[in-house]
Amino acid sequence: MAQRKSNTPQSPESKAKRKNPATILFEEVSGGSLAVPLLAILSGLLLGGLIIVLTTEEMYARIAGGDILGGLGTGIGAALKSYAALFTGSIGDPGRIFSALQNGDALSIRRAFNPFLESLVQSTPYIFAGLAVALGFRTGLFNIGAEGQLFIGALASVWVGFSLEGLPSIIHIPLALLAGAAGGALWGFIPGLLKAKAGAHEVINTIMMNYVAFRLSEYLLRGPLRRPETFNPVSPFIEDSAKLPRFFEAPIRFHLGFFIALGLAYVVYYFLFKTTWGFNLRTVGANPHAARYAGINIVWSTMLAMSLSGALAGLAGANEVLGVNYNLAVAFSSGYGFDAIALALLGKSHPLGVVLSALLFGFLRNGAIRMQVSAGIPIDIISVLQAFIIAFIAAPAIVRTIYRVRLQTEGETTFVSGWGGS
Amino acid sequence: MAATAMPKHIDYISPARQRGMGITFLLIGLLIGVFFAGSIGDGSMTTFVMTPGGSATVLADLVFTTRPALNILATICLGLGAFQLIRGFGRRTNLALSLVAALLIFGFLSWIASGGSLNLAGLLRSMVVRAVPIALGAFAAMLNERAGVVNIAIEGMMLMGAMVGALVGSVSNLWLGLLAAVISGALMALIHGILSIRYKTDQIISSTMLLIFATGMTSFISARFMQKYQYLNNPGIFKTWAIPGLSKIPVIGPMFFEHNLFTYAMFFFVIVLHVALFYTRWGLRLRSVGEHPKAADTLGINVFRTRYMAVILSGMMAGFAGAYFTLGSVGRFDEVMTAGRGFIGLAAMIFGNWTPVGSFGAAVLFGFADSLSAKLGILGVSLPSEFLLMAPYLATMIVLAGVVGRGNMPAADGKPYEKE
Repeated sequence: MAQRKSNTPQSPESKAKRKNPATILFEEVSGGSLAVPLLAILSGLLLGGLIIVLTTEEMYARIAGGDILGGLGTGIGAALKSYAALFTGSIGDPGRIFSALQNGDALSIRRAFNPFLESLVQSTPYIFAGLAVALGFRTGLFNIGAEGQLFIGALASVWVGFSLEGLPSIIHIPLALLAGAAGGALWGFIPGLLKAKAGAHEVINTIMMNYVAFRLSEYLLRGPLRRPETFNPVSPFIEDSAKLPRFFEAPIRFHLGFFIALGLAYVVYYFLFKTTWGFNLRTVGANPHAARYAGINIVWSTMLAMSLSGALAGLAGANEVLGVNYNLAVAFSSGYGFDAIALALLGKSHPLGVVLSALLFGFLRNGAIRMQVSAGIPIDIISVLQAFIIAFIAAPAIVRTIYRVRLQTEGETTFVSGWGGS
Repeated sequence: MAATAMPKHIDYISPARQRGMGITFLLIGLLIGVFFAGSIGDGSMTTFVMTPGGSATVLADLVFTTRPALNILATICLGLGAFQLIRGFGRRTNLALSLVAALLIFGFLSWIASGGSLNLAGLLRSMVVRAVPIALGAFAAMLNERAGVVNIAIEGMMLMGAMVGALVGSVSNLWLGLLAAVISGALMALIHGILSIRYKTDQIISSTMLLIFATGMTSFISARFMQKYQYLNNPGIFKTWAIPGLSKIPVIGPMFFEHNLFTYAMFFFVIVLHVALFYTRWGLRLRSVGEHPKAADTLGINVFRTRYMAVILSGMMAGFAGAYFTLGSVGRFDEVMTAGRGFIGLAAMIFGNWTPVGSFGAAVLFGFADSLSAKLGILGVSLPSEFLLMAPYLATMIVLAGVVGRGNMPAADGKPYEKE
């Protein structure tokens, strides 16, 4: 990335002269690593709001009637109402929580807290899938196939979930999770192998593997894995012993998967930053030539990284099957794999960042459901928001230009070095 | 300076590949001779209907006894395989491979249609129709990549084109809808261009962003307006226009000369792009920017402007390809209706070695897999159609892995250019 002139650091003395505590604080925030993500999220939300305003029909009706200010008010009101619904849908309605607590009725307390916990449920697959993509990024690989790996992971774990009977949970759950990880790992291993051995670019291969996975899951769910008593392409329900335990009674679906995801985020962090293997992988990602010179086996590293990345994505699928759906239907995942790219970027490919962005995405996604119901804003607005966020994250220069802040230039990796060569 | 430099072909073929190919040919021969021929009855007949439904000119059906035909095919394959192992086809290995693949396809069709009938003419016609979005998508991807810009959001631009085309086409007319679709593709491409050329954002990230944006935005508009007001989603479609005379030729006529605008455009673009890329100054400059931008810059070619132009042309092509779905095929917009055609287009471009003719060939092949898989269900064949639909992706991966020979991808593909 070119270091632009406006961005050249000034000499320390000239800076120190003009400093007061407020600017120090401002620079800490704006120059620190949090600035770009925060500004990106802010800009994304603003632009999303603008789209809601621009697509509000009543606004045009009033403007056409001559009431321009009133019309604009209607539009902005619609956007505010939508974001309010997004908030209550994802975090909860404070009034409702308060009255439920006063009331003391167990069911209404559960209902009042459900939006918050449901957001955590929605965040869980994001954490797994985001870790998958982030691990790839750290090792210089662009795993765009998290979606396919997720499908294969889900297929493997649902199969283990319903076909093995009579196992205790303590064995069945880990087995089903492992199956999911193994399925995803296999789906990641193949592009890794092709990259390492034949130099075929992993982006195109993981895209291809995605579609192979979709077709394979369609075939399996229409044929061998179909629930016998139905003609719909759905799998049988998994055994009770394979279900990830839920912590509360209905309607709360909050389950163990969330804590597994958090634990795994720590494991990924430890692996990447505290072990020799992780160091090797990161070195390959940062500079393959230097890594080769240092005696790191690049072929092995690439295959390992893609398999691990695939395993994490596979766990996202396993988590959905074992913790939320308990069975598998065609096209069950709505784009977790692609969203994961956005949140890995937002989280700067750091496990902690990934967890935080996954929480954000989970809350947005859950809130958007409420927004769709109560404000009539289609849930797809979330994808648009995410796209804006990636745009601002991926081109920090834009954020710099818009907000006129000075930001640290960071080393940015080019993930693409051509489709076929390495 | 007339650019006569055609894509170079690598003459050397390694002995290992030579052997591998020979063994593949033999295996295909065995598959046809043993598995296909062995699993059908002795007197079983195959009928290929040579007249597509609704066609005026009738050609006699092609009827033959299946097993002897399969045995002949198997013998040819085995012969080719033996020759490949002993002498080797050398430079013509890929030609032999195509021949064997064609024999395999014909054998497969004879096998599935044995004891019944298969409308071969209809299959070929639908092959051409299904190749259209794939080929146009491949051209879009190629225009980009020849100038050294990767764009995996062809799918997204197609979706945007489809949506905008349907929306504008509904409130005005088809031609304006088509124009709007093309413009919307160009605008999306412009964003990709600004991000990846000006801001030097990673091109895959930038196009992933566009992909997510397009998927979200089209679904958003569709859910917010087009599903509610049906008159906003009823553009109609371009009528089929049979070329007088030519469309009366049996089999060939319905296959090539009885289509609507988009199919003819596909044929047109194959030729135009081939000539433009390989025989004009414009094409040479475009390719030089994709191969070695620094050298091109030294010679006075404006790398940034050339790349912007290529990216925007690519977006226009993708928008046009998207319009096919709403204005050329279905007549209404549905959420995520492109269903991965843009990605198959990308695959077809790679399979076709970054050339217009190759991409077109690959698109036709993938279109064939597509139309055949639709037919399999009707024929009641035990082979699940999903596996046939996987074939294009698997084939692309095999090609990319260098099994069929190294592709000649533009050398600077995906690399942002830094002017010094």
